[in-house]
Amino acid sequence: MKTAFTLIIAIFSLYVAPAAHAARGADGHLRIIYWQAPSTMNPYLSGGTKEIEAASLVLEPLARYDQNGNMKPWLAERVPTLENGGVSKDLRTITWKLKGGLKWADGTPVTSKDVVFTWKYCTHPQGGCSQSEKYNDVKNVEALDALTVRVTFGIAKPFPYGPFVGAQAPIIQAAQFADCLGARAPRCTDANFKPVGTGPFSVAEFRPNDVISFVANSNYRDPARPAFARVTFKGGGDATAAARSVLETGEFDYAWNLQLAPDVLANMKKAGKGVVISSFGTLVERIVVNLTNPASRLGKERSTAKHPHPFLSDPSVRKALSMAIDRKLLVEIGYGPAGRPTCNILPAPAIYKSTANDGCLMQDIPGANKLLDAAGWKRGSGGVRMKNGVKLSILYQTSTNAVRQDFQALIKQWWSKIGVETELRNISASVFFGGDPASGDTFQKFQADVQMYANNFDGTDPESYMANWACKEAPRPATQWQGNNVPRYCDKAYDALIAKMARAGALKERARLARAMNDMLMQAYVLIPLVDRGRVSAHAKTLGGVVLNTWDSELWNIADWRRVK
Amino acid sequence: MGTYTLRRLLFAVPTLLFISLVIFLLLDLAPSDPTANLPLTIPPEVRQKIRESLGLGEPIHIRYLLWCKQFFINEPLNVVEALLGAGDSERLRVLSWQTRSPVVDLIVERLPQTLWVVGLSYVIGVLIAIPIGIISAYRQYSWFDQIGTFVSTVGFSVPTFFTGVLLIVVFSVGLGWFPSIYDTTHRVTDWSSFLVQARQMAMPVFVLALYNAAQISRFMRSSMLENLNQDYVRTARGKGFHERRILFVHVLRNSMIPVVTIIALGVPQVFGGAIITEQIFKVNGLGQLLIVAIQGGDLPTVQTLTFIFAGLIVTFNLVADILYGVLDPTIRYDQR
Amino acid sequence: MTSARRGTWAQFRTHRGAVIGAGILLIAAFAVLFGPHLWSIDPHLIDIRARNQGISFAHPLGADRLGRDTLARMLAGGRVSLAVAGAAMGLALSLGAVIGVASGYFRRLDGPLMRLTDLFLALPLLPLLLVIIALFRDALRAAFGPETGIFILIASVIGATSWMKTARIVRGEVLALKEREFVLASGALGAPAGRLIFRHILPGVISPIMISAALGVGDAIITESALSFLGLGFPPDFPTWGRLLYDSTDYLQQYPGRVLWPGLAISLTVLSINYVGDGLRDALDPRTRG
Repeated sequence: MKTAFTLIIAIFSLYVAPAAHAARGADGHLRIIYWQAPSTMNPYLSGGTKEIEAASLVLEPLARYDQNGNMKPWLAERVPTLENGGVSKDLRTITWKLKGGLKWADGTPVTSKDVVFTWKYCTHPQGGCSQSEKYNDVKNVEALDALTVRVTFGIAKPFPYGPFVGAQAPIIQAAQFADCLGARAPRCTDANFKPVGTGPFSVAEFRPNDVISFVANSNYRDPARPAFARVTFKGGGDATAAARSVLETGEFDYAWNLQLAPDVLANMKKAGKGVVISSFGTLVERIVVNLTNPASRLGKERSTAKHPHPFLSDPSVRKALSMAIDRKLLVEIGYGPAGRPTCNILPAPAIYKSTANDGCLMQDIPGANKLLDAAGWKRGSGGVRMKNGVKLSILYQTSTNAVRQDFQALIKQWWSKIGVETELRNISASVFFGGDPASGDTFQKFQADVQMYANNFDGTDPESYMANWACKEAPRPATQWQGNNVPRYCDKAYDALIAKMARAGALKERARLARAMNDMLMQAYVLIPLVDRGRVSAHAKTLGGVVLNTWDSELWNIADWRRVK
Repeated sequence: MGTYTLRRLLFAVPTLLFISLVIFLLLDLAPSDPTANLPLTIPPEVRQKIRESLGLGEPIHIRYLLWCKQFFINEPLNVVEALLGAGDSERLRVLSWQTRSPVVDLIVERLPQTLWVVGLSYVIGVLIAIPIGIISAYRQYSWFDQIGTFVSTVGFSVPTFFTGVLLIVVFSVGLGWFPSIYDTTHRVTDWSSFLVQARQMAMPVFVLALYNAAQISRFMRSSMLENLNQDYVRTARGKGFHERRILFVHVLRNSMIPVVTIIALGVPQVFGGAIITEQIFKVNGLGQLLIVAIQGGDLPTVQTLTFIFAGLIVTFNLVADILYGVLDPTIRYDQR
Repeated sequence: MTSARRGTWAQFRTHRGAVIGAGILLIAAFAVLFGPHLWSIDPHLIDIRARNQGISFAHPLGADRLGRDTLARMLAGGRVSLAVAGAAMGLALSLGAVIGVASGYFRRLDGPLMRLTDLFLALPLLPLLLVIIALFRDALRAAFGPETGIFILIASVIGATSWMKTARIVRGEVLALKEREFVLASGALGAPAGRLIFRHILPGVISPIMISAALGVGDAIITESALSFLGLGFPPDFPTWGRLLYDSTDYLQQYPGRVLWPGLAISLTVLSINYVGDGLRDALDPRTRG
């Protein structure tokens, strides 16, 4: 009798447990730590990664990318394509249809008017919207009915998924932001700190640059989710401390972007409290070669196309610099499992990845020496190579960052083996990446011979990324030193490929063009790719459902996160 | 002394205005960019638009006058209206570029944790330092003095970025006694929540109190030593005054001048926050606000914080000068 | 005069702590000056096979995460740290003492000098450093070469931004001292201001100055490393004690030894200066000398 009773209870609990587990808010409190603290919850007012990811708990786009870089409908019923008729034949319009019955956290319905408003909000000329590039070439956004929106582009748009797609371009509520257009945007502190969203959580308290408290959104479309009732999103400190709080002390459940030396991370993992996860995207750590002369005697004309670089304009020098580098060792020391050696500036998605340059994976110091000998660079005093009185003496700058300084030291030693003398310089990241035209230390001004940093692109389409190296993109006085073509590379054939890609609609053709552009850059050695950098994060062993996504917000599927035993 | 104080107070107004101008010019001259922290995927044209929307396109004197108007006129008016219960939302306050919210609100939000942690550690530091300094001086070269010298030297020679991490590794990771991350949303409502608060404050307060006590006790000790050797002490002893009376009434009073100077210099720094310690323990007080603002090129926040800081410096140095006169009535400032 | 100096030295010698402190400082100076010649491994040399090695014959203090010899880096780093700290502290103390004495002694200067001090105390350090470096780095590099130029820049930057505390303290002491009977008496006897200051005022403020020195050295070593993180200091592969300490903090649990050496070096230096300061004060005080 007793056993039968126990059995019944056991069966009953087996049956009930998952159901109870699946109830909204059943798993209590989730603690997330980002070592950079979000300043606002409005991703249109600050384009920083930390703000975008924090906002992704609340605000959602029509479609987003999954962990494999595939587009997934989110607030929309499906992703419009040419095949299903959502994208017009002339590539000028795309029509989105919202899911039925969607509600904002305040209970009001989500309509196509909200989508139209979002476009108006971000493209207002005085608004200073950080994501306005996503709405480039959009001529009009109109509501066809309560749930249908049509986006019309001024030109044919082979990749029409800029507006309303991805964590960078979510939908905001028209009712809440109606009075916040343009210059009035910053005055809406309440709306910017506590936006009403459709996501699994709503903001309960926002402390700028410190901590955000979220509660489960009672109007979320899936009644069983999210599993957590509350989320604390703490910001500040440094990556080491964030990793420690998840892996060693267990105070937090999830820590973001732990760019730490691999042995430090491995040691923390030994405490057994958490798991380190990593995933790869398009971020490539690279050395950019200055094709123009940065000598200070040139005054305003330093680092401009008027004066070619005294020795880096010689392709064999550039090639030798790349050959002397042992990328595998760089990965081992700096990134461990979160990095892999790469010979491409465009490492992903798979269809865009070229295999034409893989020779660079092997370090070849004798080969580099031979190349320099053949090019007429002879060893002079102190083993430094010279030709016509020009010494191979390099100023190598980067931002302040422990891993980058290790890379600098290693590369300096390798270059010394091929007769290149190197002076290292590090610059505070906020100055180096800042666009202050008055400062000489920005990466755009490039008052050095080579410099190192990482870059990537949003989403999966590389068109605008590859267009970075167009002639007209070179930073120069006329552009207030703004522009993405940092090496000052200029090749008409390359510009022609850019123009071709802007017109190509078929994915295969686009991929071919992108690969060709990548190969041109790589074989000219104007960019020396080093490491394909993955994202590293950590979560507690008691946290389940985490799927690290480098194509979108890391917290993209937080509705599915749950407590596991 | 009265006229001196009045004159100094009157003179403080132009001094502070001048300081605010210098700070503004300095911040303008320093390389900084509010869009520096944005990902490189955001194109230059968009960055330019963002800068313009922040008002960076205006010439510098306009921006300075605008800040003066916002800070010296609009903010006080806003406080008055908030007290009276009337609000005028159209008045432009000093807005932070990073958060797009009023800077003064940010400061008010940060004050509690800064006062709790940095302020308390300062009070504790002073309370420890003064007796240690007195005993060390009175019993010079005793074992107490030697240990005090050693501990205080370690206290100010080992930087807080190291002691903080060491404490975390030992007490949070190893023993699990204290949390390594400070919870700024924690509210003290009863005994148990007070204990939670005490536990999360323990390590940062200890680190900062050690650092402050180390410095102040050295000055206290040396000043006491200086005075213990003065003729008046010998005379007093010769006259048979009670030793305790000599020590606490005469020597201590005369020894306080450098200590008062140091303490007065330290008080504004309490409000300036402790940047490194706040960062290590994630206290996120005023120090963290300032450093994040500097890194993010958030000039209105940096300007406002620094200016408030300047006001406190001028005030507390005045307080110190007045205290000198109280401690040593022979000190005179009046022009003859 | 010579006998007075001899008396000072005799008094100083009786102070055991001061003698030991001076000894340690001398040894440190000797080690960083001549050590790199005796221990001739290049502190920049990367030997990947020696990564994270512990204490061994080849690397008496172990090797760092890139396999660079810790002893060689400590010696090379000490040279930079001690030189920068010494020069910066010297500058800060002289500035602080001069401004403090001038404003305490000469009533007319008090107002302007103390408001200047307030201004310097109020200026935000980080933007100030950025501006100074942006203005002067290239000029100094051109005039003195990269290393000397940066050295001059860093020492003067640290010195010029850390004199205010000393100035305030010295002034406070001077305000009180100058009203003491013996000073007033000398003044009444017609002694010139210069002599008064050197005879009676300066010896009275020597002990706070010495404490500021001890505090200043530790601060200067750390500030120097903070500057190089901002990219304002020496090149990143240039080892200094502050930098070595900071870099090894992440490895506190795995390789505690690596933190120990730079931490010990900084603390010992500060401790020694402390004791030397104590001894100096006793030696210079005419009353204790008897």
